[in-house]
Amino acid sequence: MTSIINSSYFLILSTTAKESLSILEILLIALGYLTFFAVAGLFLVLLERRVAAWFQLRIGPNRVGYQGLLQTMADALKLVSKELTGTIKADKLLYNLAPYFVIITALMSLAVFPFSKQIQAFDINIGIFFLIAVSSIGVIGILLGGWASNNKFALIGAMRSGVQTISYELSVGLSLLTMILITGSLQLSEIVEVQRQGGWLILQGHIPAIIAFMVYMIAGTAETNRAPFDLVEAESELGAGFHTEYSGMKFAYFFLAEFINMFIIASIATTVFFGAWLSPFGITESIPWLGVFWFLAKAMVLVFLMMWFRWTFPRLRVDQLLTLEWKYLLPINLVNIVIMALIVWLNLTIKF
Amino acid sequence: MSYFSDIYKGVKTLLTGMSVTGKYFLHSRKGAITQQYPDNRATLKMFDRFRGEVIMPHDDNNQHRCTGCQKCEIACPNGTIEIVWDRGIDEYTGKNKKKIDKFVYHLSMCTMCGLCIDACPTDAIKWGQNFENSVYDRTKLTRVLNKPGSRLAPGVEE
Repeated sequence: MTSIINSSYFLILSTTAKESLSILEILLIALGYLTFFAVAGLFLVLLERRVAAWFQLRIGPNRVGYQGLLQTMADALKLVSKELTGTIKADKLLYNLAPYFVIITALMSLAVFPFSKQIQAFDINIGIFFLIAVSSIGVIGILLGGWASNNKFALIGAMRSGVQTISYELSVGLSLLTMILITGSLQLSEIVEVQRQGGWLILQGHIPAIIAFMVYMIAGTAETNRAPFDLVEAESELGAGFHTEYSGMKFAYFFLAEFINMFIIASIATTVFFGAWLSPFGITESIPWLGVFWFLAKAMVLVFLMMWFRWTFPRLRVDQLLTLEWKYLLPINLVNIVIMALIVWLNLTIKF
Repeated sequence: MSYFSDIYKGVKTLLTGMSVTGKYFLHSRKGAITQQYPDNRATLKMFDRFRGEVIMPHDDNNQHRCTGCQKCEIACPNGTIEIVWDRGIDEYTGKNKKKIDKFVYHLSMCTMCGLCIDACPTDAIKWGQNFENSVYDRTKLTRVLNKPGSRLAPGVEE
């Protein structure tokens, strides 16, 4: 099992395969990952709707299945069966390509996460770098979709998304870099190993780590284009933003990608700040497969935090968005890196 | 130096907002305002100010308070109310008086503006809380509000 999962469906592309796996095995693993996260994405949609309802003193979907558990399944089936419409003047190739850009980049990032000690599809030595790089390809899909639909609302939404992602990508990268100063490695398994020996990184790095975490959560929320940074698809201004002209399954891809991206942002934070699959105080260290539970539990807490943001804060204007990034987050981040470097240099990190 | 105080205030107000919504989240179980309608049909009670339909209350002796002044009919902007009236001897005073024969209310034309109820000098008509008004035949929405055999309550006109 270990050896199978350690190698990945990326093996098809990679030339340095650890051991030879048959194409069938690789495909099966890939299929398993894709199925699991497609279904997980659907349940995240349900969670979002229930949490939103609770924040607004409503009940939320609770009719389809027990407590509405099958609601989003039914929604997805409906979307699959819907007609795919498009505009006549759309750039057909790019218009049809855009949803796949978004969903594929979202799914690609999932390969590198250490869900437990054994379950990590692709453990490359530039893990964090890979995550940052891949997660920002998604915006190309959004830009393509907005531009190719030949619709002014879609175009405005897409351009806003470009502005937003390019700006906030910096903060995400720099706040993660702050933590990399402690670990000294970009490899995710290495980062977890550092935390296994010396406690979660948010405790090891104390004050600068907490600042980095706050900056990361703000910038990460902005990167997923969720409220309060959802001016990409501001309903009151732009209809639905970049996916105005999409219907059926293509729309579902954008929708699913948003939720998988949210999970990815939470997973990166889990891995880098909260010790990935490590249990608190090592209480279940003897049972390795519980790592999956701990990883998903921590990720869910962070996902809930992002939902909490969404249902609390009002949407920012474009100028406020850029002010927040370039005048506040970026300078704070740069200073924070220097502080963290000093702390690491003077050995002031807290080790357990 | 307002830069740093701005950051402080920003973080503080964000946390304030989150604590407010967090409290709502925690109390959502008890305080949910959603009515799961067809399920709670027996217990569902509409609030006092709900405008369901215009009704004319009758007391135990089958007496209403409508004098047939037709102010509501004049006040209604879309002809929802038609009053069929006649003159006759009033039982209590013995005088020849105007009294209603039928208070006809076309619910299908009513916009629930409430001008008739505001206009009524004797509080003869009120808002009812019933909202289940779907029927298969549109003519069933035309109602006669005064009950058969009802008459004006004594003392309304003094």
